[in-house]
Amino acid sequence: MGFEDWAAEPINWVFLAVALATTVSGLRVVTSPNVVHAALFLVAALAGTAAIFLLLAAEFLAWVLVLVYIGAVIVLFLFGIMITRAPTGRDEAEVDHGRRLPAVLVSTALFILLLWGLVSQWGDTTLDSVTAGTPTSVLAEGLLGRFVFPFEVVGFVLLAALVGGITIARRDLSPAEEKERESR
Amino acid sequence: MILNQFLILAALLFCMGVYGLLVRRNAVMVLLSVELMLAAVNINLVALDALWQTAEALGQIMAVFIITIAAAEVGIGLAIILLIFRNRRSANVDELNLMRW
Repeated sequence: MGFEDWAAEPINWVFLAVALATTVSGLRVVTSPNVVHAALFLVAALAGTAAIFLLLAAEFLAWVLVLVYIGAVIVLFLFGIMITRAPTGRDEAEVDHGRRLPAVLVSTALFILLLWGLVSQWGDTTLDSVTAGTPTSVLAEGLLGRFVFPFEVVGFVLLAALVGGITIARRDLSPAEEKERESR
Repeated sequence: MILNQFLILAALLFCMGVYGLLVRRNAVMVLLSVELMLAAVNINLVALDALWQTAEALGQIMAVFIITIAAAEVGIGLAIILLIFRNRRSANVDELNLMRW
């Protein structure tokens, strides 16, 4: 499949725009000196991911991503950022450490390795049958049929993680404070 | 659409996550990079599911599990970061040398 054939499909231009937006926001997530900006750029990157899911006709998953990630996880992150900001006003340039070059080398080398592997494995395998879309009932039957046990287990993991998070994060009172509260 | 355009985008996002993981000092931003990597993995799963078109949409079901586990991971991770911040007055991973010998 040559580039002309590829460019003749309009959906590929949609993909290109979404991919560009996702890549730029992803880059800003890891390079932005401001923690809040990084979290907000993660919103943009995840919205791009949801758009990619829509292009791949995975509608349910796209909206799950929007609801769970953009709706809940990012809010959790923003709370974490607000709470862990040092009260003395830490300067913004300090969020990275100075040794950027080895990290650039490692990630570039990993990307080249992945690129080589992907191109040699998949070549230009086409995805032509995507237009149908996955009905949500298929996912529901899978999750409540064949995968019902992992589904329950993962729900239990979520519950345990939330209870554990509350237990870890709540402040234990010192014995003096405890006594004061009891006498009140 | 070809398959590789999705897989290469996912590889790009994953490598940016690796970069952020290596270069960030603040533990919250390390977690943000991990989220980026998980999103990349989800793109991979959904793209390969679109390629193989399994009757049960196995790749998408696996992606649902990954999203759930990622939510649990963020909750517990932020709780741990909160505790560390309260005890050490800092959430920087390179200052956590309590267990260094």
